[in-house]
Amino acid sequence: MNQPSSSTNLLHHWLRVASRWSLGWAQVVHLGAQILVLALSPSSYRRVQRPLVVQSLYRATRPLLSSFIWLSALVALVIIRIVVATSLTYGLSRFALDVLVRTLVLELIPLSAALVVAVRYSLAAGDEVRGRRAAGEFNAQLKRGIDPTRDIIFPRVLASCFAVITLALLSSVITLVLTYLSVYGFALWGVDAFTRAVGQVFSPVIALIFLMKTVFLALAVAVIPMVTTPRELALQTSSRAPADLTRLARLLAVILLIEVLSLVGNYY
Amino acid sequence: MDPSSQPPPGTPPVAHLDLKAQALLLCVLLLFALAVGYVLFARGAFERTQNLVLVADHSEGVVVGMDLTFAGFAIGRVNRIELSPEGNARIIVKVPDKDAHWLRESSVFTMESGLVGAPKIRAYSGILSDPALPDGAVRKLLAGDAAAEIPKLMASVRDLIANLTALTASESPLSASLGNVQKLTDKLQGPRGALGMVFGDEKEAQKIITTLDRTNALLARLDGLALKADSLATTANGLATKADAQVFGANGVVTETRATVVQLNALLSDARNSLKKVDGVLQEAQAIASNTREASADLGTLRGEVEASLRKVEGLVNEINRKWPFKRDAELRLP
Repeated sequence: MNQPSSSTNLLHHWLRVASRWSLGWAQVVHLGAQILVLALSPSSYRRVQRPLVVQSLYRATRPLLSSFIWLSALVALVIIRIVVATSLTYGLSRFALDVLVRTLVLELIPLSAALVVAVRYSLAAGDEVRGRRAAGEFNAQLKRGIDPTRDIIFPRVLASCFAVITLALLSSVITLVLTYLSVYGFALWGVDAFTRAVGQVFSPVIALIFLMKTVFLALAVAVIPMVTTPRELALQTSSRAPADLTRLARLLAVILLIEVLSLVGNYY
Repeated sequence: MDPSSQPPPGTPPVAHLDLKAQALLLCVLLLFALAVGYVLFARGAFERTQNLVLVADHSEGVVVGMDLTFAGFAIGRVNRIELSPEGNARIIVKVPDKDAHWLRESSVFTMESGLVGAPKIRAYSGILSDPALPDGAVRKLLAGDAAAEIPKLMASVRDLIANLTALTASESPLSASLGNVQKLTDKLQGPRGALGMVFGDEKEAQKIITTLDRTNALLARLDGLALKADSLATTANGLATKADAQVFGANGVVTETRATVVQLNALLSDARNSLKKVDGVLQEAQAIASNTREASADLGTLRGEVEASLRKVEGLVNEINRKWPFKRDAELRLP
């Protein structure tokens, strides 16, 4: 009699885990959809809300800007040097530009920008949102007829997305400049060939996948930390494992999935 | 104020936050627009182009975006690849107008596939004064594949190795020849040397040595004869020098003859002058003759008058003689 009851319990346990897991992802998707709707809604940018949104963008981006640009420039310089020296050694220097643009601009920079924004801003912003929800601020706003998703969550999500895109954009430009200087030196005679090589890499399909990857990475970094799933609530009550770690693991899984999908789209 | 617009706790206030935030937003939007514009420019979206259709047997390795190069510089880009009704690959290349002048009617297009990397489409324009290639021109793409040559090369190498193996086998003609060379070398190192190797007999070799001795003696005689011939040649040379001095020297025949000719020329000129003077004398003689002729006519008249006078004188004398008593001779003699 014990064996059937234990297997039933195990089955119930797995069903409970699966339902929590799916419910958690459903919450993430739901919030993402809400954010997209709010992003397209004019009321999100009403006169009262507009300064709040713009200031959130600044507060999310500005502190990361200088440190990330310096760090990414340093790493890019090292990678550029390695690739150029290796390609020269093997007589494949004509492929160096292509490899550098694909490796750095298309793959590494968006990923690193997303990770930096997640660690430095969006996870902390998610904690702040959860704290305000726990303090009953959300319920109070709802009673006053104010949508907390629009006024509290949306500016932070938008700020995270903006930070990811800004860091990726700036870092890509700086990396392209560093690549040019490493290959051609401080001269303008190679601009045409360099531009042509960059143009060859950014075919319409590759450019579209690059844009989509950056946007989805930004959305993942911005939305996932804002959601408190039932599993995380259970973990908080049981205190078996920190909920932040679970959230970070979910975020990394999504980032990895987006990266793999973009690689598949680019090279298959 | 909405509490959500307040900064997070612990965050220091930022001066002119709204202005800075708007500036950041504008900068990022501007940078994004510039990046998009640069990528579009790099893709050739703002260039005026003309089409070039390259027809090839296959399009393996050709991808959209591949460069068409001229002298190592990219002047065009593959825009589309399609299969023609004839089963050929039609590669449509977009060539910017600013680079189209490198392509001429006589241009040749090749696709070279290396062992590593994608194939390369190249254009060669030998005569740049030919008419420019028109828009939409269709040209044959000549394909050269290095990888396709590998099987042929391997087959050739295999044949070569088989031949080498046959040559270097122990029973091969080359091995037998080398054995014979070894025997010859042994004979060369023997007492009879090369002559013994060539004739194989001592008598024959001795004959050759005798012949060589005689030849040496003959050569010695020929040396003496050559010396004599040299002395004779020296003598003849001296004679020729003397004859040259006699004939062409300072007092040689030719020189004196030349002087004589000069003198003859002088004499001839003198004679010519003398003849001119004789001409003058003759003219004067002619004048004298004419004068004499005229004088002779006058003398006739004078003679007549003298004869008349004499006749008068004779008559007078005769009359005196007749009248004169002491006359001994009546005859009057004229002077």
